[in-house]
Amino acid sequence: MKQISNEFSGTFICLDKSNVDTDQIIPKQFLKSIKKTGFGDNLFDGWRYLDEGTIDQETSSRMVNKDFIFNNKLFTDSNILVSGENFGCGSSREHAVWALKDFGIKTVIAESFADIFYNNCFKNGLLALCLKKSEISKIFENFNENSAQSIEIDLINQVLYYGDSEFKFELDDYKKKCLLEGLDEIGASLKFTDQIKSFEKNYQIKNPWLFK
Amino acid sequence: MSSKTLYDKLWDAHHVAKRDDGSSLIYIDRHLIHEVTSPQAFDGLRERKIEPWRVDSIIATPDHNVPTENRAKGLKGISDSTSKLQVLTLEENVKKYDLNFFSLGDERQGIVHVIGPEQGLTLPGMTVVCGDSHTSTHGAFGALAMGIGTSEVEHVLATQCLIAYKQKNMRINIEGDLLERVSAKDVTMFIIGQIGTAGGTGFNIEYAGSTIENLSMEGRMTLCNMSIEAGARSGMVAPDQTTFDYIKGKPFAPSGDQFDKALDTWISLKSDSDAVFDNEFSFSSEQILPQVTWGTSPEMVSSIDEKVPEPRDFKNKENYEDALNYMGLKPGTKLTDISLDQIFIGSCTNSRIEDLRIAAEILKGNKLAKNIKRALVVPGSGLVKKQAEEEGLHEIFIDAGFSWRDAGCSMCLGMNPDQLNQEERCASTSNRNFEGRQGYKGRTHLVSPAMAAAAAIEGRFIDVREI
Repeated sequence: MKQISNEFSGTFICLDKSNVDTDQIIPKQFLKSIKKTGFGDNLFDGWRYLDEGTIDQETSSRMVNKDFIFNNKLFTDSNILVSGENFGCGSSREHAVWALKDFGIKTVIAESFADIFYNNCFKNGLLALCLKKSEISKIFENFNENSAQSIEIDLINQVLYYGDSEFKFELDDYKKKCLLEGLDEIGASLKFTDQIKSFEKNYQIKNPWLFK
Repeated sequence: MSSKTLYDKLWDAHHVAKRDDGSSLIYIDRHLIHEVTSPQAFDGLRERKIEPWRVDSIIATPDHNVPTENRAKGLKGISDSTSKLQVLTLEENVKKYDLNFFSLGDERQGIVHVIGPEQGLTLPGMTVVCGDSHTSTHGAFGALAMGIGTSEVEHVLATQCLIAYKQKNMRINIEGDLLERVSAKDVTMFIIGQIGTAGGTGFNIEYAGSTIENLSMEGRMTLCNMSIEAGARSGMVAPDQTTFDYIKGKPFAPSGDQFDKALDTWISLKSDSDAVFDNEFSFSSEQILPQVTWGTSPEMVSSIDEKVPEPRDFKNKENYEDALNYMGLKPGTKLTDISLDQIFIGSCTNSRIEDLRIAAEILKGNKLAKNIKRALVVPGSGLVKKQAEEEGLHEIFIDAGFSWRDAGCSMCLGMNPDQLNQEERCASTSNRNFEGRQGYKGRTHLVSPAMAAAAAIEGRFIDVREI
């Protein structure tokens, strides 16, 4: 039975590029913040504005790049981003995921992801989902900047619905559980405290030079 | 017992528990911390009201935000108030939890990936993590070293473990002597050009073969450093006598009987001769000429004797057109015809003493070309700087017209005041040529220290073997 996860479904934005790096997702000057929020206005800052952004700046005073899809009013409420291969490569900055989340993105769909970015998504309740090249191409080809379209995600059965198409996707059970139930990962790992302590004790006996 | 790769052995030795979902808890020996990716993690600890699991595994230093001038002023030398707050926040967390710390005024301060090895904080067989993707650097010692996100920083602080899935094994073999003035930087850039920036995704890369064995520790660090640019979270070289000689006598390394005991373990850290790799590449050293990137991804790279390629020759034509537009380059331009505005020698890839020696050797008795507006040398640590000054290298750089700076990440990512101006073109020994990386609309060409020095003299790219 189809079980649509509303949170991860909705209108989508296409960014038809490969190797979108985390420096583009959130440029360095915004990494000086010591918080996890407040990055949404600077998501893709270098592409979204025609002037150089600084931290703590009012975005209303900036020159907007009207040609960039993230500034198209039809798409400002989108919660899905679709892009090409190796999305999120480069720097490990989790600020990239915080910026996507702040903007309202809940699902990132790509042909492939860089490892660190992929992990960072799930730690923040974002679904990162891989589709085949042919499936991504189909979405890109039918994308129209003049009308917003939707994608529905059935997280439980791991199916993506787009128009008449149904695409199956892979997702490990634990990550799925985290998204559906909002599991506390550190809390879950701390349940292994006894095992970690006993490992550490034996390990220290074998490798005393690693402990000071 | 089935045969194992070096990665398999390190994984097994640190495996604490298997979780229900198939992931594992991997014990972490060394946690490096800097000011940019840690404040939110420490906040998380406080929200949970828990303390770091093992304080002696942690070493902290400010590096990303720090100015490379006026170091004597310490924190007061940081003019940007947001940068200052971030460095201050690190200091406060260090104080609160009593962490090992190299402050701005400490000569041991520097880029985390330079100071770890320099202090003997990175050792063979270790697991090393840091909230920084270039943590792969430490794999040069036969360590399993991975860059992690801030949530993972918090997880390691809280549990001393990382949640990880086992990666696949890749081996890259390179055989033969490198051509004259071709270095580890050219090797790693060549590899990325061959396998692409996603070629190593999902893999640990082990580098092997006589070319790799003949590299110094500095060279191996450069090589492993850019594993992440090939998509691999970790890269490694099996430890050998070169490794052990480098470590011996380092401040935090074991000494006396402990060193001998450690050595007994370290010599077993290599892939079994019949170990099976999921993917394997082999190259000959003679294929590798000095490399230069011309685009906005490290895989957009060519040998110095080549031209900027035609976008139509690639499958993602639009990406290449965008890259060349951004870089202000026309297809068919000879790389040796590209003139430059700035030179940057530094970063966790190439700021160690050997890098500075090579650059200085080429610069000796020469001056910057007239079109070079600024040239920076940023040593990787206060101790690298001191060593270089003892060898008189600073005088060579200064005489040539370079600015001789204090340690930090500097213009590799331009979080501090060292940045390119719009459309300025830079020959840089760093690791990423992404749009805006070194400054808003700045144009980065990645090269080796030798190639950067040669470009500084000529004002354009030139095959360093012709100098």
